[in-house]
Amino acid sequence: MNSVILIAGARLQAVLLLVFSAYMLLRGHNAPGGGFIGGLIAATGFVVYAIACGTADARKALRFDPGSIAGAGLGIALFAGLMAALWGDALFTGQWLFIGETEDDKGIPLSTVLIFDIGVYLVVLGAILSIAFSLEEAV
Amino acid sequence: MSWYLTLPLVIPFVASIIAYLLRSSPLGAWVSIIGSGLGLIASIALMAVVLDAGVIAGQMGNWPAPFGITLVADLLSAVMVLITAITGFAVAIYALSDITERQAKLGYHALFQILLAGVTGAFLTGDLFNLYVWFEVMLIASFGLLILNGGKEQIDGGVKYVALNLISTILFLTGIGLLYGMTGTLNFADLALKVEEVENQGLLTVVAMMFMVAFGVKAAVFPLFFWLPAAYHTPSFAVSAVFAGLLTKVGVYALIRMFTMVFDHDIGFTHTVLLWVACFTMVIGVLGAAAQSDFRKILSFHIISQIGYMILGLALMTPLALVGAVFYLVHHIIVKANLFLIAGIAKRLTGGTEVYQIGGLYKSAPFLAILFLIPAFSLAGFPPLSGFWAKYIIVKATLDVEMWFVAFIALAVGLMTIYSMTKIWAEAFWKPHPDGIEPDLKTLPNKPAQIIPVAGLAILTIIIGLNPEPFVIFAERTTAQLLDPTAYITTVLGETP
Amino acid sequence: MEQLLSVLIGILVASAVYLMLARNLLRFLFGLILLSNAANLTIFVGGRLTPGAPPLVPDGMDAPIGDVANALPQALVLTAIVIGFGLFAFALILAFRAYQSLGTLNTDEMRVAEPKEN
Repeated sequence: MNSVILIAGARLQAVLLLVFSAYMLLRGHNAPGGGFIGGLIAATGFVVYAIACGTADARKALRFDPGSIAGAGLGIALFAGLMAALWGDALFTGQWLFIGETEDDKGIPLSTVLIFDIGVYLVVLGAILSIAFSLEEAV
Repeated sequence: MSWYLTLPLVIPFVASIIAYLLRSSPLGAWVSIIGSGLGLIASIALMAVVLDAGVIAGQMGNWPAPFGITLVADLLSAVMVLITAITGFAVAIYALSDITERQAKLGYHALFQILLAGVTGAFLTGDLFNLYVWFEVMLIASFGLLILNGGKEQIDGGVKYVALNLISTILFLTGIGLLYGMTGTLNFADLALKVEEVENQGLLTVVAMMFMVAFGVKAAVFPLFFWLPAAYHTPSFAVSAVFAGLLTKVGVYALIRMFTMVFDHDIGFTHTVLLWVACFTMVIGVLGAAAQSDFRKILSFHIISQIGYMILGLALMTPLALVGAVFYLVHHIIVKANLFLIAGIAKRLTGGTEVYQIGGLYKSAPFLAILFLIPAFSLAGFPPLSGFWAKYIIVKATLDVEMWFVAFIALAVGLMTIYSMTKIWAEAFWKPHPDGIEPDLKTLPNKPAQIIPVAGLAILTIIIGLNPEPFVIFAERTTAQLLDPTAYITTVLGETP
Repeated sequence: MEQLLSVLIGILVASAVYLMLARNLLRFLFGLILLSNAANLTIFVGGRLTPGAPPLVPDGMDAPIGDVANALPQALVLTAIVIGFGLFAFALILAFRAYQSLGTLNTDEMRVAEPKEN
């Protein structure tokens, strides 16, 4: 599609969607959001980009094959679940680390749950994009 | 304790990820083989632990049962996991010769490992919703495998397979919703206790029937089997072997699990329905096979008729009948997967699977003929092979409860099985090839990768056949656990290890 | 409220069955999507509608205080929706590919894998 307005708009929108998806991913544990929704939003960004600039450009912008992203995400999620074994807990038990914790402030909470969510994010992003790209290329 | 339960699940997932990242290189196939091999070792370890302890359970994420996700292995789960790993290992080796570079690039090995993980997960899970999730893992992987070639036939078979399996999935989900509404729990062990407290037992029977239909579609029983003969003869041989061996058996396993542990409140009704279903399944399956002339279509219909025997064992619900069902389940997975693998070799040697258009295998490849005869005779129930004991126990159980007509049907179906096995034998092996081709095993590309798994599974059939006693004793222990789930319930709900 | 949702589930199932009886594969899939939504609602109603506070555990406690909504059916429904989403995405692509390679969406004409006997 050769519309200058669409291409210019889509680029801006793709960037905004990607940033928003990262925000959604990170706030996910205690507020609405999370890996699945974040992944969907990020995928929307790339789909918009692909509609405007073509799938070849979108694939280039993604840098990695969407299938491999999904595979890596599955690996990260699995790894996050298995990490609990390092602390001797049952698998998939959340482990938390609070950086700069004080009496009444939790500081920056980091957790294996977040790593798991990042994995989910990548799985959703990769899976949706591999479906969407192959459909757009088939039409 | 927990690692014994999780390793058989974690290994295929890891193998699948590595295999997917290496899909463009020939190493992918080897990752799949090594993964299946490690999975086999893990499931042997699981079996050893379960043989010793009876039942082991583990909770994911440190949530105590019945709130969290529970993994449980009793003897039935352990033996199913083990047999899955054996079949998976054999098929992974066979795939070396059967899977083209194009299929491997599309991710065959990754999907295959995910399928194994899904099947294993379905056997190991201890709650109903998790069973649904594993069913879906399995289903997605099988969808992918089925249409990997992208030919017209595969797409056509795939549409029917996908459509009917999705309906069964949704029925399953609805059943879960209703059961949860009535009991407030989805953990098998907890359900077994809570269903007795449900006031409206009639409603419980309704839900039980929903589960029967949902699992019935997966297990391909009459009259819900139509997706199976439409789809199973279309994909690659390695794919159809693992489908034929494992996928329907997951449905049978779910039926056995639910209808011994949870839905035993109205055996007079539910198990009578199962009895009729079993009889029709046996007869229709074997008649369908008699009408077919394609190697794989005949075998597909035989899956259906053999499923009937397993359901019959469940329907009778006597200890001996359940022993028969468990024995049958294990024996059938090995034999059926093996026959599909042999169909693949036969096609490569003769150029087709339509039995009237091929032939001459006995004369020029007698070794393959022997390898075919072992599972074929076992399937038909010839002594002293594994199928004979399986059929013998089931028929004996039928006679014990004096259901003469059912016993007659079971025997007659066995006889009919011989008829279509003879058809394959006479047409594909005995008569000369109509085009004058003399198939020769020496010309087989990558021969060891095809012969070793087939021979290995055949040897397993002979071992079970010649030495059935330990297997029967094992099946008796399994049945005792199924009929008296006290150990299962206390292990799951009691102190977590 | 439960009764109202039950009626809604009934309507969804009825329309789904009507759509699924069509010969057109696409209509069949739309029916299937409606049916899966009905199943999700069934789980939701099965957990009883519990209007109350969100089920959040306050700091330093093991259990939420007072009447809170039942979180489990929501988690189940969420999982089911996600899985259903994946399955239907696949099924729709399959329908599309079937249309491309078989040239029809009429299920009666899909006889490649099981040819008619002559």
